[in-house]
Amino acid sequence: MLPGSAAPAAGSGMFVPTQTVGTVLCCICGVSMQPNPANMCARCLRARVDITEGVPRHAAVVYCPDCASYLQPPRSWLRAGPESPELMQILLRRLNRPLARLRISLSGAEFVFSEPHSKRLRLKLRLRREVLHGVVLEQTHPVEFTVHDRLCDACARAQSNPDQWVAVVQLRQHVPHRRTFLYLEQLFLKHGQASLALRVASAPGGLDFFFSSRSHAARLVDFLTTVAPIRTQTAKQLVSHNTKSSVYNYKHTFSVEICPICREDLIALSPQVSRDLGGLGPLVLCIKVTNAIALLDPLTLRVHHLDEKKYRAYNFKAALTSKQLVEYIVLDIEHESPEITVDGSRYQLAYAQVARASDFGKNDTMFTVRTHLGHLLNPGDLVLGYDLYGANLNDDDMDTAMMRHSLPEVILVKKSYEKRPRTRRWKLKRLPVEEDGANKAKGEEEKRADEYEEFLRDLERNSEMRFQIDLYKDDDYRSEMASTIGDDIPSVPIEELIDDLSLGDDDEEEDGEDANAHAGMVS
Amino acid sequence: MASRVRFENSSEVGVFARLTNAYCVLPDGGAENFFSVFESELAGLVPVVRTSIGGTRIVGRLCVGNKNGLLLPHTTTDQELMHLMVSLPDEVVVQRVDERLSALGNCIACNDHVALTHPDLDKGTEELISDVLGVEVFRQTIAGNILVGSYCAFSNKGGLVPPQTSVEDLEELSTLLQVPLAAGSINRGSEVLAAGMAVNDWTAFCGADTTATELSVVESVFRLRDGQPGALGADMRRSLVMSSYL
Repeated sequence: MLPGSAAPAAGSGMFVPTQTVGTVLCCICGVSMQPNPANMCARCLRARVDITEGVPRHAAVVYCPDCASYLQPPRSWLRAGPESPELMQILLRRLNRPLARLRISLSGAEFVFSEPHSKRLRLKLRLRREVLHGVVLEQTHPVEFTVHDRLCDACARAQSNPDQWVAVVQLRQHVPHRRTFLYLEQLFLKHGQASLALRVASAPGGLDFFFSSRSHAARLVDFLTTVAPIRTQTAKQLVSHNTKSSVYNYKHTFSVEICPICREDLIALSPQVSRDLGGLGPLVLCIKVTNAIALLDPLTLRVHHLDEKKYRAYNFKAALTSKQLVEYIVLDIEHESPEITVDGSRYQLAYAQVARASDFGKNDTMFTVRTHLGHLLNPGDLVLGYDLYGANLNDDDMDTAMMRHSLPEVILVKKSYEKRPRTRRWKLKRLPVEEDGANKAKGEEEKRADEYEEFLRDLERNSEMRFQIDLYKDDDYRSEMASTIGDDIPSVPIEELIDDLSLGDDDEEEDGEDANAHAGMVS
Repeated sequence: MASRVRFENSSEVGVFARLTNAYCVLPDGGAENFFSVFESELAGLVPVVRTSIGGTRIVGRLCVGNKNGLLLPHTTTDQELMHLMVSLPDEVVVQRVDERLSALGNCIACNDHVALTHPDLDKGTEELISDVLGVEVFRQTIAGNILVGSYCAFSNKGGLVPPQTSVEDLEELSTLLQVPLAAGSINRGSEVLAAGMAVNDWTAFCGADTTATELSVVESVFRLRDGQPGALGADMRRSLVMSSYL
């Protein structure tokens, strides 16, 4: 029987004689101990060999006091809190090379408290090293790091020039309302696009996004091209250059203009455009704006998608915009054809007899018009439409169209609901936009609030638009049971809402922008 | 009595000496210091023969023997064989063995009654061992080592086995050999015991690195303090000589 063969036979059900480990005397001090390859007790071994010989007891780390990050040679700066695992990693990396050279392995490390003002970091390491044929010794070893303060490159640049943006995206749309920007803001939040921006500033007719690098700005522009019909122009200005190293510093400007046609705008196409689009119109409604513009002829239910390049070629303007919508009351409705689906939206042609809500009870002016909203309207409903009969138009194309065609007096656009202030069970996140206090007109505040309320109402009605953005549960919401029962006002189903990720610490306030981006990703 | 010796610069004295109760074989050539220690300790008790085996000095690893006989590897020259036959006492049988494993000292450990051998040794060699040395032969390993001749050392009084030997193995070997055994080391923790020491029933020579603890283990397990074949103990005799000088 080989004593050494006992272990392999253990699993095979054979008889295995027990092996009791005996004791021997330590060859130096004579104390009784378990045999080991050196046949020396641990105390004697430790007394004879010092495994920490050659391991540094002092080292230095470079720390940037501005951004609380440590230098990872050669030139990366890593952010690490006091006594954090990241800091431990940075410090241990300073010791890696001497430890590897001495073939010492690290079995543990911990911080020993030191005063922050002392500019010292203390580590207690547990080192393990083979000493004599197969005997491994473990020993604790304190290391003290001296913290040298030095500003990192980014902070040094920021110190010398606080206005440090490198690229700016100037997003503009020349329309009298801010609806588009409210929607784009939600898209940015959902996709975390603006999280890299140093700041977002409000400018007349749009928003400015400031970035620390050109590529971040280019990324935002790329994102915009996928969601909106835009035209971009770039420019750069030389700030400084170094002739010795041929390093040039530029400030880049991306001027992004969103085309001024918005959803629900009424457009009168010129005869040539109408002909190009296959006899569309001439009166068309813009029903959807993505990176293309969808135009609907409300009288024939034809839809045409126009991309940005095409639009620039025709370059038409809106004859009437959503500001000029007038409220009508439906008196009678007569369906003309069955309900059809075009591009995922439902329409039904119908003849509607409508009267202006403002005329109601004053005179008997009524209009009988063709509309694409036959499936929505019932007698007695309120509906919003463009009043071509009473409108004071200043549009050549409209004049031409009026001369050539017999245009309807009213184009109905969307169903209207009772407008009463209501609380919502959902809310939206907002981008932290810096308002320019100087050129703020009187009443601007209320106008903004009204526009935002209108945007929220729009979201409630339009599930397709809701699908593109993130809605969050409002924890402050109190249900109004009595008033909501039997109400046909559209509301957002609770399944579409997202639980907000609330970060309780006030410390997180400063990177609110970041937190927003994370919330979008997490939920 | 155990003494510390150094062969040239090596502490592995068991490699260079074969000590039995009837004779001692040492390498020839230099290292007079080494010889003088042996000769002063063994003078008048047993013959000390100086020879090479197969032209080498590692006689302790190549040959094996007890008071009855001496086995030499097949590498031994005729001249060396003749020299040993002539030098050793008549009752010691000197025999050359045709064994593939020529380092007999590494493969065989024996006292005057029992021998432990390498498990792969020839059947013929095994018979020769029992005939020439007059011993019972057991094929054994010690603590997983098959070179029993290197890893254990025993005399008729006691024996030393490596520290890794389990208690059960120690008891089994002890019953086999009919001598008390102990686990220990030599030369400051070395477990190649027979290479670090040469031992017979009344004296032991250990490597110069052996610590006091190890030496005391050796002395107690081989019962070297009890006495010696002469009427008086070696230390007693020395003290007598010393006192007579005074």
